[in-house]
Amino acid sequence: MTVFEKPHAMTDVPMHYCPGCTHGIVHRLVAEVIDELGIEGRTIGIAPVGCAVMAYDYFNCDMIEAAHGRAPAVATGVKRADPENHVVFTYQGDGDLASIGTAETVHAAARNENITVIFINNAIYGMTGGQMAPTSLPGQVTQTSPYGRDPKLCGYPVKICEMLSTLDGAEYLERVAVNNVANIRKAKKAIKKAFQNQLDGKGFSLVEVLSSCPTNWGMTPQKALQWIDEKMIPYYPLGVYKDRSAAKEEA
Amino acid sequence: MADKVLMKGNEALAEAAIKAGCRHYFGYPITPQTEVAAYMAKRMPKIGGTFLQAESEIAAINMVYGVAAAGKRVMTSSSSPGISLKGEGISYLAGSDLPALIVNVQRGGPGLGGIQPSQSDYFQATRGGGHGDYHMIVLAPASVQEMAELTVLGFELADTYRMPAMVLADGTMGQMMEPVSLDFAVSPAPEKPWATTGTKMAREHNIVNSLFLTPEELEQLNFTRYERYQAIEANETRYEEYMTEDADIILAAFGIAARVSRTAVNEARKQGIKVGLIRPITLWPFPYAPFAKAAEHAKAFISVELNMGQMIEDVRLAISCKAPVTLCNRAGGMIPSPGQVLEAIQKADGGVSK
Repeated sequence: MTVFEKPHAMTDVPMHYCPGCTHGIVHRLVAEVIDELGIEGRTIGIAPVGCAVMAYDYFNCDMIEAAHGRAPAVATGVKRADPENHVVFTYQGDGDLASIGTAETVHAAARNENITVIFINNAIYGMTGGQMAPTSLPGQVTQTSPYGRDPKLCGYPVKICEMLSTLDGAEYLERVAVNNVANIRKAKKAIKKAFQNQLDGKGFSLVEVLSSCPTNWGMTPQKALQWIDEKMIPYYPLGVYKDRSAAKEEA
Repeated sequence: MADKVLMKGNEALAEAAIKAGCRHYFGYPITPQTEVAAYMAKRMPKIGGTFLQAESEIAAINMVYGVAAAGKRVMTSSSSPGISLKGEGISYLAGSDLPALIVNVQRGGPGLGGIQPSQSDYFQATRGGGHGDYHMIVLAPASVQEMAELTVLGFELADTYRMPAMVLADGTMGQMMEPVSLDFAVSPAPEKPWATTGTKMAREHNIVNSLFLTPEELEQLNFTRYERYQAIEANETRYEEYMTEDADIILAAFGIAARVSRTAVNEARKQGIKVGLIRPITLWPFPYAPFAKAAEHAKAFISVELNMGQMIEDVRLAISCKAPVTLCNRAGGMIPSPGQVLEAIQKADGGVSK
């Protein structure tokens, strides 16, 4: 009897992620959802620039590698090339989505572009070796904020879910975390809803996933998960920031 | 004979794109090419196509990248400052071997420059424009008819060679009106088995990508791409020669500068000066051969340009500096008059006669 297996939507390519990095968990959740919805054959994923740049090797569906921050624009093109059949998701980090790609993110949401966005917020640039991210916390020490992020010097973190929730266009925005089993289960539920919304033609759905980066945070994997709990969640509260359809049903 | 209609260059170009099977257009307003977007906004919804005004030129070119990856004919248009913003996306298109059409209706620069006609993006277009080793096929129309025909050719060549193509027009070509026939043949897009359209669970996944971290692999891809470029140089170079056979003086000009130069050639011929014109239609690949051939008898070359002298470098390369090449130009949105070109011809003729 099989009790546990790899989702079909994942390839056998060994991942390059560091020990304790939660990208692997989120990749798996996305792949499980693709399997459960039976959409692998018509799904096209857009990989970012950043740690997940090689996500194109890890998902079995068709994949496109986008320029830094441009994944929502690329996804817009792919979706509009065949809106009836294409299921399109982007998988982006905080530098990609909340810094260099802010305009593409905001306007895809404002258009209610019928795509699914998986947003990994780990408060740091991982691939380039631990620089300050738009989501780095005040006081957080990184390679480019060696004395701690000073808001007087470089401003405050960008809260994407809160910001996008002001847009009439966005359909569904939820922030989740993958630092413990209960939260991982909630994260999967949110990701599934974000894909289901697209299948139902509801529009722009973004799941922000608070994730860990033990290597660049300079912590053990275990300590890193604790840091999400103690530092990140208080600054980035979990929950649903917008669910237009649910709000309509309630009304 | 086919019916002709009076159309603005930008509109003829847009309608030709639709004729070529383009059903996806992404743009951002900028003078003097906005008529392309306005035309597409009207036409696309009526024929089941997509017109989308993007939030920026950067977003527009990346939407183009998405549709191109999904295997469909797609275009964007802009003018000089906007093309600079698209440079990143064009490099990615080239690096991922994706076909798409980019239109640049040039205005004066640098910086925000002006809104009057220019040819000052010659270097940017013919050398690639973005980062990395790559080329675009660059087509330079010199009439409204060519605005239409070269647009279709651009889609066809982009598909054939899996690379971005550019129609490099000057503002005059976009804005002027001429009779045009849109009754021409179009080759349908070829099969694109590499496109990311969903595996249908019937094949391995396709990946559209320009990242190759192994230098040996990236080098090989560059080598292979340049073999394709060599085939394009051999098969797709296009130009028009006018009275060059016996010419002592050869003008080089494209776009509106070629129209002006032709008038000046006619005038000079009346005065008994043996002058001809080579008009490159493809700026990349540049027609080096006809210039080299002309250098066997011509004693002087004049490059007529709406910039500070850009194509002149290719003319010098083409003739291996066998004869002097002078520049006859206006810049910043100004256009040389036939009289100015005629003067340049007379001056060169003085040098030739002595």
